[in-house]
Amino acid sequence: MNNDTANAHPPGSAPAIELRGASKTFRTPSGALHTAVRDLDLTVGQGEFVAVVGPTGCGKSTTLTLVSGLEEPTEGEVLVGGEPVEGIRPEVGFVFQQDALFPWRTVLSNVMAGPRFRGEPKARARERARDWLARVGLAAFEDRYPHQLSGGQRKRVALAQTFVGDPAILLMDEPFSALDVQTRALMSDELLELWGGSRSEGGKASVVFVTHDLEEAIALADRVVVMTAGPATVKQIFPIGLPRPRKVESVRLEPEFVEIYREIWSCLGEEVRITRERGASHVA
Amino acid sequence: MSLESAESVGAPIALKMGASRTETRAKAARHRRLLVLGARALLLVVLLGAWEVLARTKVIDPFNFSMPSKVWDQIVQWTLHGTAQGSLGEQIWYTLYEALLGWVTGVAGGVVLGIALGRVRFLADVLGPYIKVLNALPRIVLAPIFLIWFGLGPASKVASAVVLVFFPVFFNAFQGAREVDRHLVANARILGASNRRVTLQVVIPSATSWIFTSLHVSFGFALIGAIVGEYIGATKGIGLLVASSQGTFNSAGVYAAMAILAVVALLAEGLLTFAEKRLFRWKTGSPGGER
Repeated sequence: MNNDTANAHPPGSAPAIELRGASKTFRTPSGALHTAVRDLDLTVGQGEFVAVVGPTGCGKSTTLTLVSGLEEPTEGEVLVGGEPVEGIRPEVGFVFQQDALFPWRTVLSNVMAGPRFRGEPKARARERARDWLARVGLAAFEDRYPHQLSGGQRKRVALAQTFVGDPAILLMDEPFSALDVQTRALMSDELLELWGGSRSEGGKASVVFVTHDLEEAIALADRVVVMTAGPATVKQIFPIGLPRPRKVESVRLEPEFVEIYREIWSCLGEEVRITRERGASHVA
Repeated sequence: MSLESAESVGAPIALKMGASRTETRAKAARHRRLLVLGARALLLVVLLGAWEVLARTKVIDPFNFSMPSKVWDQIVQWTLHGTAQGSLGEQIWYTLYEALLGWVTGVAGGVVLGIALGRVRFLADVLGPYIKVLNALPRIVLAPIFLIWFGLGPASKVASAVVLVFFPVFFNAFQGAREVDRHLVANARILGASNRRVTLQVVIPSATSWIFTSLHVSFGFALIGAIVGEYIGATKGIGLLVASSQGTFNSAGVYAAMAILAVVALLAEGLLTFAEKRLFRWKTGSPGGER
């Protein structure tokens, strides 16, 4: 049902994100051309949570960098809010897989970075940063440096750093993959909660969440997009009808979840096998 | 009853044993520290003693090799009665002044150009080969040229210090700017940082640890530049002291000037280390970081 509202957007309100036949080709250091993404079509509706799964290294992250404006597509079009992406847009937030906190800044200063970069007065930026730190449960840690925090805490700071910018579009590149299993489940729940009340005017951000963990994808998303082995293109899209609000730990025990999991895995497993065989032939 | 008493006696014994073990460990650590210090002192005494004895018994030529006692006498004499070119303090100050001025100029130039070339690909592509050529030149041969250009005063020494300092700092700053974690840069750009802000608030802070490693080495280079400049031709400075001692076949004077230089260099190094610790509180494992 979420799927329906996303695809049949009313006239006048464009989908949050639209990729039309987007391709991205890189030149590798050895000079060869490497196509990371090929002929990709994908539409994400306003306030929709889309998870993208695919084999490792297939080009899922490249899709995000195209939407973010960090990279331009070699071919095709990328639209955000109906407009072609030219450079970085203020309404886009990006949570990286790796630690991308500034190690020489304190936690508070890290969260303030975005608003300050965008020219917000210091006092106001500090106030809003404190508010978000409180929401991620790190109010007591504002004077610490990132290296003094645990992996989960650093991820929370990264979430606060992103959410403080009030993003209409939230791009997440395997954000929790470096965390241990328990922290990961906890962070997923927190993410859903933050997402629910993320926008200042009450709406929800549109999310593209890249992961290689299918369980995580199903538990979080409205739709799961399965990518082919690289170069990445959309293989199949699965709507997830599980009711919200969801709790990650309990939702994965429901029979409906298990059924969807089996269905998507039969689609994804093939691509994973292709990637694996390619890797093996590389080694040989 | 007996069990209970055994327990009640046992606990304090275990505690005491624990305490005494900690004490033993602390004692062992103290002992080791003393041993290291003692061995160091012994090594110095043996070396200096051997030098003194060998020179006095004429196994080595005391005219060429001098001896520690004479070197010490020379330092005392310079300190109390001044050198031929004025007081010892003035010589030290001249050399330090030239080295410091050259160091600061060279560091500033190296950092600015290094970061600029690291950030602006066009500049790096255009200037790259020239910088490589200049770096390949053994820069100490420039010292006589600077003497011709800038005369006997401090300017020629500052210039030779600058060219020695510039390159290591430049290459480190360049490398530091190039090796900035690209996720940090991407994150800053996503958060709305302009190119200028990325340079000032991401590239420069992450390049500082690279730059600082070069600062340590390059202060030594600045001293070398100043001393060599003075040695070739000057009116004041420790390098001149070496040159004039050599000219009067006063080997004790050469060694004394060397000893003074070593102390000056060590003090400067200590100051730099102190500054570095203050600056890098955010770094993992750096002293003071966990406080």
